[in-house]
Amino acid sequence: MAAVDGLQFQEFDDAENLLGANRDATTISIGDPNEKPTNQRRSLGNSPREEDDDLLGNADSDKTELLAGQRKSAAFWTFEYYQKFFDVDTYQVLDRIKGSVLPLPGKNFVRLYIRSNPDLYGPFWICATLVFAIAISGNISNFLVHLGQPQYHYMPEFRKVTIAATAIYSYAWLVPLALWGFLMWRNSKVMNIVSYSFLEIVCVYGYSLFIYIPAAILWIIPIEWVRWITILVAMCLSGSVLVITFWPAVRDDNRRIAIATISAIIILHALLAVGCKAYFFDVPQIEVPGVSGSIASVPRFC
Amino acid sequence: MAEVDEASKPLFAGLSDVSISEDIPVEGEITVPVGSPSHDDEYSTLDEPVKETILRDLKAVGKKFGHVMYPKKSTTLLRDWDLWGPLLLCVTLALMLQGGSADSKEDGGPQFAEVFVIIWFGSVIITLNSKLLGGTISFFQSLCVLGYCILPLTVAMIVCRLVLLGGTGTASFIVRFIVVVASFGWSTFASTAFLADSQPPNRKALVVYPVFLFYFVISWMIVTFSPSHSDGATDTGP
Repeated sequence: MAAVDGLQFQEFDDAENLLGANRDATTISIGDPNEKPTNQRRSLGNSPREEDDDLLGNADSDKTELLAGQRKSAAFWTFEYYQKFFDVDTYQVLDRIKGSVLPLPGKNFVRLYIRSNPDLYGPFWICATLVFAIAISGNISNFLVHLGQPQYHYMPEFRKVTIAATAIYSYAWLVPLALWGFLMWRNSKVMNIVSYSFLEIVCVYGYSLFIYIPAAILWIIPIEWVRWITILVAMCLSGSVLVITFWPAVRDDNRRIAIATISAIIILHALLAVGCKAYFFDVPQIEVPGVSGSIASVPRFC
Repeated sequence: MAEVDEASKPLFAGLSDVSISEDIPVEGEITVPVGSPSHDDEYSTLDEPVKETILRDLKAVGKKFGHVMYPKKSTTLLRDWDLWGPLLLCVTLALMLQGGSADSKEDGGPQFAEVFVIIWFGSVIITLNSKLLGGTISFFQSLCVLGYCILPLTVAMIVCRLVLLGGTGTASFIVRFIVVVASFGWSTFASTAFLADSQPPNRKALVVYPVFLFYFVISWMIVTFSPSHSDGATDTGP
């Protein structure tokens, strides 16, 4: 402790420096340790220079790597191991959702929101909600499209839920797996500074699917150009979040591979949206003899 | 075993305060008589008539139904959980969702197995979710609560089928819609009344949302149930 000099105001050193001087001293750090670097980044983000952001991200990544390493104590067959991935509060989930639909240039989703605390709650329940949103909206929209036609008999088409579930969960888990494997492989060849763990990639992809939930609800409107505009807007928003997240990871690589990776990410994202729209939502004003004909070859669920 | 000595022995003086009163004779037989009318704490349910056994379980189930219909913050559902009620409700609901519109066998309403899987698998997933988020409720207690709170939706299903007997026009759809929405709200409210206390306070919304989604999907299945137009039911079972 520094000597008290009357009642003069004294600058006390940082907690780390104090501990460095006197190992036995007790220091209190007030506030969330995660908040401080965020504030630093936000103040720097006003004049966005990508190098600064990356430098902060690099330093942060070193620190967060260390912090993350200290937490992996439970074995993977225990319950506590999985409880680590649900260590989020309501406001954190809402913040992450907000961050996934509002891409800010220079603000990396993983660095800003995930911050070495990837959760599985968001990806899992957003995918579940999306599955049911698409199935239910598709059902409603088909009903509205075929409303006046006497030969159309309304059917709940429950089979489509399982198809939607398979498609969406495969996208949300297999594509991150492939991307993570690819990035790891490139990491071994080219020394990339920024690297993401598998769960962080799953997190980004899961939260990026959130924009499709209101899009699916808007697809109920049986007007074709409205649907296409909705797809475009949704894709731009969440696609740009993905691009901003993964561009630093491939930027140092061979130019062509970097571009190819980013294009693959965008194309797959677009493919999911367009595929869901084409399969689950009948096109209005064109006499389509029911989508049920096209899934006649699908094996029965039970 | 010999008779227990008199409690006046100084070595065992403390025993009299603990368990045995001096008035009650402590000598007896060691054989358990068949059909004994004694009502001590360890009432053997092995020897009672079958009707009593069944009635006792039915009464417990019925009491829990009452708690769901008038949800107060009581712990009866949580303390004495059982899965008979949920099974009964699930089977009833799945059976009543059969015989739906089935011009073609490929599409149509949910099959029996699908309803079963959604209800039980959904309950398990929600329970796991709440436990992973740090809830203090036990696995089967949560399954019990979620299953019992399907009761309003089952009642709504019965009402819907009765309404559908009268016709399938817009008026009947509006009535069915209102009934299902009301029972959906009731179910969600009842289950959160029982489950909310066991969750950490800043994660309540994270736990309630999957419950909301679960009952929403079941309500959707009930609302979209449309009766079959063909003669024989094409219900192929599980």
